[in-house]
Amino acid sequence: MCKPNYTSLRLLVMFLLSICFVMSSSAQTNLGGIWLADYTEDRGDRIPGPALGDYGGLPINEFDRLRAQSWNASLLGLPEYQCRVHPSDYAQSFNNISIIEERDPRTLELIAIHLEHFVWQTHRVIWMDGREHPPEYAAHTSMGFSTGEWLGSTLKVTTTHLKEGWLRRNGVARSDQAKVTEYFNRHDDYLVWTVIVDDPIYLEEPFIRNRNYTYSRDTQIVTYPCESVREIVHEPGYIPHYLPGQNPDLFEFADTYDIPYEATMGGAATMYPEYRKFARDLPLPSAMQNQE
Amino acid sequence: MRISIKIILSSILMLFTLPGFAQPDFDNIEIRTLQVRDNIYMLVGAGGNITVQLGDDGILIVDTQYAEMSEKILAALHELSDGALRYIINTHVHGDHVGGNVNLARAGATVSGGNMSRDVSGQTAAIIAHESVLLRLTTAPAENRIESDGWPSSAYYEGKKDLYFNGEGIRIMHQPRAHTDGDSIIFFRKSDVISTGDVYRTDAYPFIDMANGGTIQGFLDAAQSIIDQIIPEYGQDGGTLVIPGHGRLSDVGDVLNWREMLTVIRDRVKDMKDRGMSLEAVLEDRPSRDYDVRYGNPERFLTALYQTL
Repeated sequence: MCKPNYTSLRLLVMFLLSICFVMSSSAQTNLGGIWLADYTEDRGDRIPGPALGDYGGLPINEFDRLRAQSWNASLLGLPEYQCRVHPSDYAQSFNNISIIEERDPRTLELIAIHLEHFVWQTHRVIWMDGREHPPEYAAHTSMGFSTGEWLGSTLKVTTTHLKEGWLRRNGVARSDQAKVTEYFNRHDDYLVWTVIVDDPIYLEEPFIRNRNYTYSRDTQIVTYPCESVREIVHEPGYIPHYLPGQNPDLFEFADTYDIPYEATMGGAATMYPEYRKFARDLPLPSAMQNQE
Repeated sequence: MRISIKIILSSILMLFTLPGFAQPDFDNIEIRTLQVRDNIYMLVGAGGNITVQLGDDGILIVDTQYAEMSEKILAALHELSDGALRYIINTHVHGDHVGGNVNLARAGATVSGGNMSRDVSGQTAAIIAHESVLLRLTTAPAENRIESDGWPSSAYYEGKKDLYFNGEGIRIMHQPRAHTDGDSIIFFRKSDVISTGDVYRTDAYPFIDMANGGTIQGFLDAAQSIIDQIIPEYGQDGGTLVIPGHGRLSDVGDVLNWREMLTVIRDRVKDMKDRGMSLEAVLEDRPSRDYDVRYGNPERFLTALYQTL
């Protein structure tokens, strides 16, 4: 009878355990570093900014549409609005980010993931230590309150306590009641960020957006100071906005690209490919002008 | 402007019978405490939020919710400090903000006459408010009138009143004809916190209490007054914090959104009124529908807005 070789068995078990440990560690992907935004998708919307009156592809309801149609870009000229930062569910849409892990120095447990946006230098904290979200009567901020968990190698982030923000920076509001879910997936030197906005106030369906990033080994974040100044003197309490039906810019986008006006006004239906078939039957601005 | 006693009496009576003042089920409501700054807390329960400032000099609170909540409020204060309740500041006259005045004032003792004063003279915590609050509390119909221990013992009638307590300056600023004609906002200068009463809230449209002198323009002026005091930390976040009359802790971004909402709806209603539309036609058209989904039923707000334009 062959005597078992316990040394070999022990080595085998240790090897298997070490594999398990490495696999377990790798399940929590290290997202740390500088990530450069890839602008090959939606560049026009993200860098120069969206056109006025273009809400296509956004699942907004009629109430948000009215908010957007009433919005006047001159609002951003008021001193108290000049340094307003982009909310966390939008900010990543058009700028590079820096991610830093915060670990307990003794146990090395992951306490939080810090994420900094290059634009506006806004800083958000994603708590990884299992803490609960604050009560509803706690303050809401532009970054919101975020907690994270690992789903395998994917970081899932849940954010509440957001101030009112925007889905597109042409007046399309996102309410302060929204809950935001994000997924961060790293594939070697590429990062995919998926954000899902559930807004019971202004959305017909959840709004989903993806952005891609490339890892950078030689980029540093820079400061982004902002100082507001009074550029135009107005009467106290002046808030630029348009009364219903009086916004002169609403048709500009549709007219420029000869897109049916209705298709530019958003709504859940405009998100889906089959809407193209429906839109074919809508009157084009050029046809309407010829009729006039 | 002269205010007749009849109007005052009827307005006080109306105040306690308005649907908005329906009494909650107090047994099932707990006081929840939120730390705002080192020595500033917000108490959330039934009625308006209470601001608490505490330190070596004792405790100062802004507003007192309902009388039925007083025991729970005192218990919450005791959890925070063993100090005596010295000052109560009332932001305005409504029952959900002054209802606990009598109980809480009697549980405290103002800074006066040394440590013998309370035992000898029955001294209570001092109550500070605009004189309009005093006027309306003292002239309320007998069945709704609170006992005199709950009346302001220090009423101010000019634009502001200053106080120094627990190592910081506290400025009480009158906001004319906003929610009522006796609104005050309270600025804790060292802590960098503003307690607004109901001239600012996050949970509903403003209640323009016309019977007590409220107007839409007063609300807009009050919002501007709050914004003028605020210095944000960065962008529209942080820095000066704002404790609203109802709803959640805020900062400048929230107050700007509030002012924007008020202005947009004011301008829409004004335009409709200028075009000759009746109140009924305005209500039918729902000019605030894009905000109703957030702030709730607009009828009372739009009615008062239309009538005070």
